[in-house]
Amino acid sequence: MIQRILVAISIPFFFLLQSCVFTYLKLGDIVPNFMVLIACIYGFFYGEKTGAICGFFCGLLIDIFFSPMLGLNALIIMLIAYINGGFSDLFYAEDIRLPLILITLSDVSYGLMYYIIVFLLRGRLGIGYYMLNVIFPEVFYTLLVSLVIYPILLAIDTFFKNYRIRKEREKQDV
Amino acid sequence: MSPIVKSKGERFTLPGKYLLLILTCICILLMVLTYGTTVFDVPTSTVAGKILVPFERGISRAGEWLRNRRDELNSVQSLLEENERLKEQIARLTEENTILTQERYELIDMQNLLELSETYYSYNKVGARIIAKDPGNWYDSFIIDKGTDDGLALDMNVIAGGGLIGRITKIGPNWARVTSIISDGMNVSGQVVSSDLTLIVSGDLEMADKGLLSFSQLTDPDGAVIKGDKVVTSNISDKYLPGLLIGYIDTVTNDANNLTKSGTITCATDFDYLETVLVITDMKNNDYE
Repeated sequence: MIQRILVAISIPFFFLLQSCVFTYLKLGDIVPNFMVLIACIYGFFYGEKTGAICGFFCGLLIDIFFSPMLGLNALIIMLIAYINGGFSDLFYAEDIRLPLILITLSDVSYGLMYYIIVFLLRGRLGIGYYMLNVIFPEVFYTLLVSLVIYPILLAIDTFFKNYRIRKEREKQDV
Repeated sequence: MSPIVKSKGERFTLPGKYLLLILTCICILLMVLTYGTTVFDVPTSTVAGKILVPFERGISRAGEWLRNRRDELNSVQSLLEENERLKEQIARLTEENTILTQERYELIDMQNLLELSETYYSYNKVGARIIAKDPGNWYDSFIIDKGTDDGLALDMNVIAGGGLIGRITKIGPNWARVTSIISDGMNVSGQVVSSDLTLIVSGDLEMADKGLLSFSQLTDPDGAVIKGDKVVTSNISDKYLPGLLIGYIDTVTNDANNLTKSGTITCATDFDYLETVLVITDMKNNDYE
């Protein structure tokens, strides 16, 4: 339960971190994409359903404040988190390569989908430019940030898992 | 048997696929509903304003502090150079100012003669702080800390540093979203000051990175528009007040049809270093209807 509340609180927390703090810490005019990052990690940790719900709310937050219409980011991030949830069976705490690969693919696909829906449909065809100047730098910066954030979230997750196992053992002993 | 039918003694769980389907439907429904209308604007912006905006106010201060520390690390050398450049600019501006003051007296005299006491473009303004910026890298919009409670309304123009920034595109009780003119897909009807020719200024992601805007549909057969000409908002724009500075002409090229011209404009304001903006509380339709 506490873990769920923590997950719920962390979504607005990372949103604020991204929109209020990291916009001042731009690298080459690019902000890392925390929303895709945590939706992706939560999907990977907790499976498809939790991932989809987290992704939905992550996207909705962006939509309410910044998007021309509601539901666009919510849909894209939710789908990404859901697909990431499919890999939760392969989750091993020691393995950091798979989550990093997943985050990379997720951020690239977020960028591509957003480009197709919002830019390509309006006749902006310069995909090469957008790839080189928006999508790839964003992926790179997001990966850099995830090297810090993933271990922290992993530590919290492991703590709660151990806590639950201990509780169950105590129950069995009694 | 369908997996969502609840059987006896079994705890009800919704399979992931169905949850995804339901949420996708909600998203699509929301998109369709909010694309053209503003049905959910009031509830969502009120709730978001109550819960998140107070945090945004505090945290953006922290962000500013961090950036200031980073900027302090910039070498003294660059500051000295900048100082030198600014001194030159001051000298130039002072000279320009003297000439302008003289002209102003002349103007007032003339206006008095013509009984035109009203100065044209003096609008009422309200200052506001930027508390959050678009987290995505595709658009350029930001959140300011004032909303309907402070007398702001949708479509009000926003300026900073003497130039046009954008207009309010979404508003809550204590916050408002400003979409800047450099955002891809934003169009402003502009006017070249020296020749009164009109053009359409549009934001473009590719150009915004270089601090440029693109313009099109300039009808200028005589080639009167040259680099450095001042561009302001035009009288015929329906959302923007006339006479707000947009920028200066950078390049002009002939279109393939040989009738119109297009090119680029250098922005009057540096969009990267905005902290406070001025919202013009006069609105186009109020004044001119």
